[in-house]
Amino acid sequence: MSTRGAVLDDAPAGVTPVGRGGGGGPLRWLRKHALQIYGVLAFVYIFTPIAYVTVFSFNEPARTNLTWRGFTLENWQNPCAAPDVCSALGNSLRIGVAATVISTIFGTMIAFALQRHRFSGRGATNTFIFLPMATPEVVLAASLLTLFLNMRVPLGFTTIIIAHVMFCISFVVVAVKARIASLDPALEQAAADLYANELETFRRVTLPLVAPGILGAALLAFSLSFDDFIITNFVSGNVTTFPKFVYVSAQRGIPANAYVIGAAMFFLSMAVVLGAELVRRRRVRG
Amino acid sequence: MSIAAVAHTGSGPEPGQEPPAATLGRRSALPYLLLLPGMAWLLVFFAVPIVTLLGTSTQTPVPGGDIGAFEQTFHFGNYADAVGEYTEQFVRSFVYAGLATLFALLISYPLAYLIAFRAGRWRNILLVLVVAPFFTSFILRTIAWRQILSEQGYVVSSLKFLHVIPQDMNVTASAVAVVAGITYNFLPFMTLPLYASLERIDPRLIEAGGDLYGSSFAVLRKVTFPLSMPGVVAGTLLTFIPAAGDYVNAALLGTPRTQMIGNVVESRFFRIVDYPTAAVLSFVLMAAILVLVTLYIRRAGTEELV
Repeated sequence: MSTRGAVLDDAPAGVTPVGRGGGGGPLRWLRKHALQIYGVLAFVYIFTPIAYVTVFSFNEPARTNLTWRGFTLENWQNPCAAPDVCSALGNSLRIGVAATVISTIFGTMIAFALQRHRFSGRGATNTFIFLPMATPEVVLAASLLTLFLNMRVPLGFTTIIIAHVMFCISFVVVAVKARIASLDPALEQAAADLYANELETFRRVTLPLVAPGILGAALLAFSLSFDDFIITNFVSGNVTTFPKFVYVSAQRGIPANAYVIGAAMFFLSMAVVLGAELVRRRRVRG
Repeated sequence: MSIAAVAHTGSGPEPGQEPPAATLGRRSALPYLLLLPGMAWLLVFFAVPIVTLLGTSTQTPVPGGDIGAFEQTFHFGNYADAVGEYTEQFVRSFVYAGLATLFALLISYPLAYLIAFRAGRWRNILLVLVVAPFFTSFILRTIAWRQILSEQGYVVSSLKFLHVIPQDMNVTASAVAVVAGITYNFLPFMTLPLYASLERIDPRLIEAGGDLYGSSFAVLRKVTFPLSMPGVVAGTLLTFIPAAGDYVNAALLGTPRTQMIGNVVESRFFRIVDYPTAAVLSFVLMAAILVLVTLYIRRAGTEELV
């Protein structure tokens, strides 16, 4: 009947409406906390494969990493022991950095043009930027490969970077645009009032304010590039990236070292993101 | 992580919003110069390839030529042949993607609701935890599911012990596993836009629903859910589109009998070297998605996309 407490219990504890939902007891507790309990279960689900990868990164090495053989630190002490894992990782890092730099610069330029200027074709440009994000990866992959084959472009690092920049640009544009849109125009007006010319205003006010958005976009581009498999698989030729290495070796057994890289990547990214959040909190409070 | 950006725009001003007046009114070459490198890149490596793909789709093998040699003959019969031969995989792609999108919505909605209305100062941390799977490799986490759900794994054996699933059921290498894998892998694409639009709802509206004696279910159905529609639309699209074109989940978690259209495109390219058929299938996939998305957006009655 009156489960509205469930919707409304944003109210501070103790202000619980009186006379609703009879009596105490575990059932009432369950109903009151149903959403929280659900949340815990959902996060257990989200973290299950991550926990699996982490646990199996400590498994004793063998040709495959399917069954638990025993705890060892060996894989972590020597992550490059399995041949090819680290060379694939190195390729992924190199491609990721190149694709990130190019797509972040180009994407940021587009974002400023779209958000700060009125020009004919602005609407069409917005739509066009959206299209690569709305196209399934396999279609992007197939079409690029067809182009490269027709033009007889040799497949390798260059073609992978070309492809990654292509699909990262749109995401950078969207992320940076959002940041520019959230700026308070009063700040730039203040700079102008203080006799800063347009270029100075941009360099000393606008750009520093947009910088966190650009940094976020760069991280996003890097993670998209680093984790891409489908497009990379089509246009990479003989070059092996980390995801491609894992996919290919899935047939004959993935070495535990690949799990080490996967787990390390996870904890490193979590540390960076959670660290940034803690710094932000301290700043807000202080 | 990718969607964080997309979802985030939802809470900022609308993209259609005009640039601030201060920078308007001057017509200069600057915006075009800013657009030039990035747009040129997209034109050459996105738009041109799509057109090339369209061209390839009507090619036929050179008579007596090498493997992989094709000539343009405007053979539109390719479309009928390929679509006819792979109808099953097309249907499967859309059914799997549709089911995965539905499950992702059912799983994500309460979670996004929890984060938006109950998490308090833990909001940002919980959002990071939602995108946490993106911090490990997509392939690696899919393989992890394959191992977890495998016959020898703890999950399946305990479920069998508890008679929740039949004793002779095989969870991996099945349609169930493929749909479950897609659901898991694209879950953040659903949760983040849902969160972004739930977070914007004024809690007083929900309170008002309660004050007017709406049951919590009625409030959800009549107030919260309709107000979160932009998030639902964005989330379902962001999940459905990559899901329909995915082939990694079907390849790692499925069997030849659960192949999706992505698997066919991949094998036509690499194993059979039949570019025209691969081009036809990619093109039809893209067209089908575009049509479905347009119909869906029109029905859902929202223009808010990016």
